[in-house]
Amino acid sequence: MSGRVLVGVKRVIDYAVKIRVKPDNSGIVTDGVKHSMNPFCEIAVEEAVKMKEKKLIKEVVAVSCGPQQSQETIRTALAMGADRGIHVEVSGKDYETLGPLQVSKIMAALAKKEDAQLIILGKQAIDDDCNQTGQMTAALLDWPQGTFASEVSLEGDKIKVVREIDGGLETIKINTPAVLTADLRLNTPRYATLPNIMKAKKKKIANVKPADLGVDLTSRLEVLRVDEPPQRQAGMKVETVEDLVGKLKESGKV
Amino acid sequence: MLPASRFSCKAHRCIRALTTVPTEHAAPQLYTSIQRRTCSSASRITTHYTIHPREKDSRWEGVEMERFGDEADVVIVGGGPAGLSAAIRLKQLANEHEKELRVCVVEKAPQIGAHTLSGACLEPSALFELFPDWKERGAPLHTPVTEDIFSIFTEKHRIPIPILPGLPMQNHGNYLVRLGNLVRWLGEQAEELGVELYPGYAAAEVLFHEDGSVKGIATNDVGIAKDGSPKDVFERGMELHAKVTLFGEGCHGHLAKQLYKQFNLRENCEPQTYAIGLKELWMIDEKKWKPGRAEHSVGWPLNRHTYGGSFVYHLNEGEPLVALGFVVGLDYSNPYLSPFREFQRWKHHPFVSSTLEGGQRIAYGARALNEGGFQSIPKLTFPGGLLIGCSPGFMNVPKIKGTHTAMKSGMLAAEAIFPKVTAESLDSETAGIHVHEYAENLKSSWVWKELYSVRNIRPSFHNYFGLYGGMVYTGIFYWIFRGKEPWTLKHCGLDAHQLKPAKECTPIEYPKPDGKISFDLLSSVALSGTNHEGDQPPHLTLKDDGVPVARNLAIYDGPEQRFCPAGVYEYVPVETGDGMRLQINAQNCVHCKTCDIKDPSQNINWVVPEGGGGPAYNGM
Repeated sequence: MSGRVLVGVKRVIDYAVKIRVKPDNSGIVTDGVKHSMNPFCEIAVEEAVKMKEKKLIKEVVAVSCGPQQSQETIRTALAMGADRGIHVEVSGKDYETLGPLQVSKIMAALAKKEDAQLIILGKQAIDDDCNQTGQMTAALLDWPQGTFASEVSLEGDKIKVVREIDGGLETIKINTPAVLTADLRLNTPRYATLPNIMKAKKKKIANVKPADLGVDLTSRLEVLRVDEPPQRQAGMKVETVEDLVGKLKESGKV
Repeated sequence: MLPASRFSCKAHRCIRALTTVPTEHAAPQLYTSIQRRTCSSASRITTHYTIHPREKDSRWEGVEMERFGDEADVVIVGGGPAGLSAAIRLKQLANEHEKELRVCVVEKAPQIGAHTLSGACLEPSALFELFPDWKERGAPLHTPVTEDIFSIFTEKHRIPIPILPGLPMQNHGNYLVRLGNLVRWLGEQAEELGVELYPGYAAAEVLFHEDGSVKGIATNDVGIAKDGSPKDVFERGMELHAKVTLFGEGCHGHLAKQLYKQFNLRENCEPQTYAIGLKELWMIDEKKWKPGRAEHSVGWPLNRHTYGGSFVYHLNEGEPLVALGFVVGLDYSNPYLSPFREFQRWKHHPFVSSTLEGGQRIAYGARALNEGGFQSIPKLTFPGGLLIGCSPGFMNVPKIKGTHTAMKSGMLAAEAIFPKVTAESLDSETAGIHVHEYAENLKSSWVWKELYSVRNIRPSFHNYFGLYGGMVYTGIFYWIFRGKEPWTLKHCGLDAHQLKPAKECTPIEYPKPDGKISFDLLSSVALSGTNHEGDQPPHLTLKDDGVPVARNLAIYDGPEQRFCPAGVYEYVPVETGDGMRLQINAQNCVHCKTCDIKDPSQNINWVVPEGGGGPAYNGM
């Protein structure tokens, strides 16, 4: 039992920024746009750091896959309390096609290499909303998964997870090692304060290439086109029920 | 998790109506008192600790208030052109002389350049001085000015004005830039030189030694709830101590405001006067794109007594991008004037709309700028610190350029400080070093000469003929006599005192936005990317919660709901009974500082919110 937790953090466009589609419809504009850590990843980091503070685990390792700027995201995780970081360098075309399948292969390889006991991820990223990485990682490692976690407690060598599901809350008990994905109500992430950012500069971030982990980054998906959602059409007010039925018939809906 | 700014004010009222429980059983006398004291009904407007100190607040009893502190040689507040130029120059000197120097820059924006907004037509003199090899380093100066157009607009036509060489608005040799990108590049150069940059951390408090000199700054506390109480995640800000602290907060900085009072820095200068600049970036039809073209106009839609004008800059960065904007002097007198709506209306002028037709707006923002010039420069140095950039205000108003002088002031500050902070023994009467040399060097530099020569142009607009009188004055005294006339004209006093009561003025009929060229306020604010942590005390603090309704609304019809370019201030009906109350939508704030400047009651005090909040400008 290494007592080591891997936490995945993703650098995404800040949620308050209005995104714009590139003029050639190949993707969205990211150059110079404000980015920050995916909110669910912040919650994941907070959970890992809380576990360390309660002495339930020994080390928190923050992992991010992406270009040079992903290091800023890892620094924020380090400032929140992670012990060290791993930056998996992916840039250019590879980064554009990087998706849950590739990231979960990377996480699985790292989990084996680092002898991790637990992987905590955010439930989904706010840019692609895939909600797949946690599940795929668990499958690749053949580990149990506790997804949409709103409460996590370690009980010996098992983990009790309260999951948010459509019907309410589901409580499960899974073995370790395991993969957890954090949902909104799991915790309130702490701020990365300036003294901690300064201390984080001294913490190590290791650079790793996907090839070193034996991971093939080729994507099975091809993005054909990105479009803005259609403009909302103005509604119409009608005076009588007959008018309404008439209009519905006209537009072929009835 | 949507920020509240996305809802229209109608929706706000609906939400409030649904969540408020009316107090039907209240005695009749209470209704009259609710009308007069808005703070008595349910909650206060202002909950910030600068107005309601935490020492007297029982909710803060027992909360750990000690701050972590650290020492640097120089601390710079503000990562804009002035602050970064100072930091870069300091490190250049340190490397030249092989000395160790710890320089820390704190910046409230989440990334360097995210709170930078400017036209901008840059005079590159200061940049070339700072980096003679700017081209090899890849400074983003891609668009030399190739065409200079100046017009007086009437409602449907334009009168072209020839720009004769020697007039201040002649732009030969200048570059059209996206200042946010230049600032970001300056940040990268600074980091390479070893400057410690800390974006996302705002300087919230000035710290003093026992002898009264400046010791440094403290960054903002985090984790205070909207009602002013501590949250679980509360953490104190950090103290950064320095031998000298440079304040480069930009136009109308909030710490500078305190320093003026503390050290009496404004006793021998005129009050600063300001304008508000609103700007948009448009992706236009390629056929209409003329890279290198700089257009300026005065006149319509402003009358001859309201100072202001516009710019349209065609950038040359690989795509048909145009930066355009509108500036309105904040000494306007009609409280019904809305700078935002003047801007939107101006875009419909045939000369402008022909460029914008078929295009798409991709960014919006606003910021106050200085207009006081030479007459309004305060004392620049005090024990332990000094002021640089647009904070004291070195803008050349007729040229509408302040970046080159801001950068030069930062460089001069660095050159004056360097020998003092690296001296073997601290030769200073006060614990914080007083660097008089900075002000002396600035006075003998080209910055001073330049500002002196244009000092009378802006005040010359205060005559019966307004704009036209000013243009005649400029033609005679600047163009012919180079600003050498022996007199110095005065400004009219504080911008806040220029408003006439609403009953003496006529409301202005603004056209409705058409959604293609002109737009409504809230969709514009959304484009600025501004956001703040919702659960924090509003950072637009009121010294007296009752003044807005009693005075601003009663006498001036609530001008803040019109001059704020982000829809922060709204007068809404109270939930029960008659009367209005002021609602502050602090999350919308774009940190322009106009409210602090123009509030006729000078009741609004802008303080810095949690660092990282505010607009997310990209190359503005």
